[in-house]
Amino acid sequence: MSVSAAEPVPRVSGRPVAGIEKEILAQLVVALGSKLKKAETVRAGLVHGFIDRKDLVAVATYLKVTLGFEHLACVTAVDWKDRFECVYHIENYYNGCMVEIHADVPYDDPRIASLVPLWNAANFHEREAWDLMGIEFDGHPDLRRILLPDDFKFHPLRKDFAQEVDRQYISRRKIRGGK
Amino acid sequence: MSAPLIPNLFDVCKVLTGAIVWVVQQIIYAVAVLIPPLRGLGDWLGSDPVITILTWLIAVTVIVVWATLVNLLTMMWVERKLYSRLQDRYGIMISIWSLPFWPFNRVRRPTHRGTGYLQNVADGVKLLQKENITPRNADAAMFHISPVLIASSTLMIFAALPWSSGFYVANLPLGILFILAAFSLAPLGILIAGWSANNKYTLVGGLRAAAMLMAYEIPMILAVIALVFFTGSLDPIEIVRQQDRVLFALGPIGIPAWYAFTPQFLGFLVFSVAMMAEMERIPFDIPEAEAELVEGWTTEYSGMRFGLVFGFKWLRMIAGAALIAILYLGGWSGPVFATLDVGGIPVPILPEEVWFLLKIYLISAVFVWISWSVPRVRIDQILNIGWKRLIPYSLLAILVAAGFRVLG
Amino acid sequence: MPGFWINMGPQHPMTHGLWNMKVQVDGETITDARPEIGYLHRGYEKIMEVREFQKNVVLTDRLCYVSSITWSHAYCLAVEKMMGIEVPVRGQWIRVVSLELQRIASHLMWLASYGPDLGFLTGLLWALRERELFLDLIQLMSGARMNQNYPRVGGVRNDLPENFAAMCQRSIEHFLLKMEEYEKVFHDSKVFHMRTEGVGLLSAADAINWGVTGPNLRACGVNVDLRRLDPYETYEEIDFEPQVWHDGGAGDSYARFVVRFNELRESCKIVLQALEKMPKAGAYRAKPPRRAEGEGYAKTEDSRGEALFYVIGDGDDRPYRVKIRSPVFSTMAATPLILRGNKLADVVAILGSVDVCVGEMDK
Repeated sequence: MSVSAAEPVPRVSGRPVAGIEKEILAQLVVALGSKLKKAETVRAGLVHGFIDRKDLVAVATYLKVTLGFEHLACVTAVDWKDRFECVYHIENYYNGCMVEIHADVPYDDPRIASLVPLWNAANFHEREAWDLMGIEFDGHPDLRRILLPDDFKFHPLRKDFAQEVDRQYISRRKIRGGK
Repeated sequence: MSAPLIPNLFDVCKVLTGAIVWVVQQIIYAVAVLIPPLRGLGDWLGSDPVITILTWLIAVTVIVVWATLVNLLTMMWVERKLYSRLQDRYGIMISIWSLPFWPFNRVRRPTHRGTGYLQNVADGVKLLQKENITPRNADAAMFHISPVLIASSTLMIFAALPWSSGFYVANLPLGILFILAAFSLAPLGILIAGWSANNKYTLVGGLRAAAMLMAYEIPMILAVIALVFFTGSLDPIEIVRQQDRVLFALGPIGIPAWYAFTPQFLGFLVFSVAMMAEMERIPFDIPEAEAELVEGWTTEYSGMRFGLVFGFKWLRMIAGAALIAILYLGGWSGPVFATLDVGGIPVPILPEEVWFLLKIYLISAVFVWISWSVPRVRIDQILNIGWKRLIPYSLLAILVAAGFRVLG
Repeated sequence: MPGFWINMGPQHPMTHGLWNMKVQVDGETITDARPEIGYLHRGYEKIMEVREFQKNVVLTDRLCYVSSITWSHAYCLAVEKMMGIEVPVRGQWIRVVSLELQRIASHLMWLASYGPDLGFLTGLLWALRERELFLDLIQLMSGARMNQNYPRVGGVRNDLPENFAAMCQRSIEHFLLKMEEYEKVFHDSKVFHMRTEGVGLLSAADAINWGVTGPNLRACGVNVDLRRLDPYETYEEIDFEPQVWHDGGAGDSYARFVVRFNELRESCKIVLQALEKMPKAGAYRAKPPRRAEGEGYAKTEDSRGEALFYVIGDGDDRPYRVKIRSPVFSTMAATPLILRGNKLADVVAILGSVDVCVGEMDK
């Protein structure tokens, strides 16, 4: 059974608040200060933030507890060819604003803090990032493979894992030496 | 009011046996011209004990063939067609025109658009030619014996179930008790099947079946007890004879004295619901629930073992509907509108067998209709209904019956 | 005795897709549950890095094969946000029509599979019969019944046929009549209430914490519908009501059922309104650039929840990274929470009401 059945249902209006992204940006800049390496509003309802990976939990806690960003939509792992990057999409149900947090993770130490203590939604997403990309999340209760078989040895989404080299279907024209 | 078509099964079968024995005797006498000692064999074949035993064998075979080959196939066809039409589709359609040889392979007629009566035969043949798999760590003896137990206990019911006042194998004075007891043997077979297959699904299914069937036999028997206050006997033929009179006349139509119209109405409802549970029909088919447990307690059976177990569910439905008809709906009583004169023997146009079959199929049609219109009930809710609702209602039915008996 | 683990799946007639749910039972009560997914993992995110932007629509169709237009549309929206192009107005309206028709078809597929979960096999055939109406409409519109390859980066593939509004009107009128039959069979059935009320409770706080979105979240009482909260296409101009379960209490299976059932009616309303309000002629497709650089995300209200695509381009004519966020993936993490404390016989009923589609879960 669901544990916290005593907490009230959050009263959301279900409508977006116009211009909220500027407010959120301002609040973030004020509260986080130097932790925020770069922040900008890209379009209505979207704020980008670039942080260092060791400040992740602090930023996330501030977003959830103080600003009311209750929904962690997605945890993405990107493999730029010289570093990893974790992208977190966090959404606010009260005003419809989305904050996109980018945190760089170096190749030689692919670890970052886990957000499972804050949002349980991160559980499966971080397992998928570990499974496909190989980034370890410190503090994750059960970090094991989720989509691939348990004894699979590689992390396929990395750029050094071979992309499909040969198409399975080779046309007869190509076999005869054509294009 | 009505008359049976077969006044006495034993006599009819005796005629048949006499004919067969006479033919065999003639063959043996013809051979005995060459080998004289065979004459004695021929004479022995015509003697009374042999003919009696052969007659009993043929009578039992006739009843079994009637119940399984004719009624079972027809009941399966009726159910499959009826629920298909409920679901807005045609239903089973393989019939004799689907056979690939002359004279059935008509070139221009679509092969799979017949009435579908032979589809069940086709399904049986399909199951016969499948491999009988026994799971590796299963209790092989119990695993093999449980379909036999279920099938034989179901067929035992038909030893005591009369199809009219003459068409029966044995008329026991405690016939209803025997039939209910034979019904109750099958849960044992189901439990053995569930346990011996070494499979968690079948175990859960078998235990659920045992719990449910045990819970629903009690209201069934209590409803019959309430009935006995009125009938005073457990003999099915006697019970039907008592319902054969007119209760009151409603204009030109005389309402017959069926026990369903009397204060036994509550017992009728309780018995019907309990019988639906005993037959493991939706909404009570949780032991065999496809959704959760693949096939429930029949999961590990393949080939004809599965066919036996699966097909005999319909046979139990026929037996259950027959029981309801005998006890509450007047059995085979009904007006015979005219009689034909066939060589001095008055043959009724609508004999008792026809009325009985009509009632059985109507009751089964209602059961099929209910089955395919409601979701299934969960096991703990089923047990709730059985223990906490049906038993008090059946006790109330007993009180009502006793009250009416005392008041006259 | 300590409970023993039962495998519901991967081969199971009623789990609607290839995944495994291990439940630990103590008698008939569930004490723990562990979903095991990945049986249908096809390596989508890796493949999409080697196909051109437009050719990926064929792949995203097959992510959730029951509800393909909504998934391809989410991908196209993300790519358009990345490229910065704008879809013409008539294209947006046509997209709305196609999305809602696909949503109705997907919900009818859910209804068709939910009946047999509870043992009501007639519901399968009735709902599939109604779904044929909408598959015919989708075929008229896009040329195929499933996996249509209909949305394009920049619009849709082709315009609506003539008389489409009249055909939709006729089908929807017939469908609304049939909905009343369904109400009698589902809502007025005591056995159905017995099976679904109070079963599979999920509180709103837990739902938001575990990332449950879509009809499952609205069944817990939270008024979040991405078509209203973050409108895309022309949803702002359409008058419809997001269906939220207002009766209080945690969301049980009955609430999830009612929310999805009522969404069928709302989608019908949206389709008819959109066909009325759309401009009668105009461009329906903008030409996207071949190469693109940047990043873009789009989140849409899929039939099962919030579908989010995050596309990164690095100047090539293929994406550099595509991230697919599937609503069923997040809801699957919450299933142990929903299942604990219920009976074994309820597993399939609860999971049916949660509406699992394995294709999008396993990518």
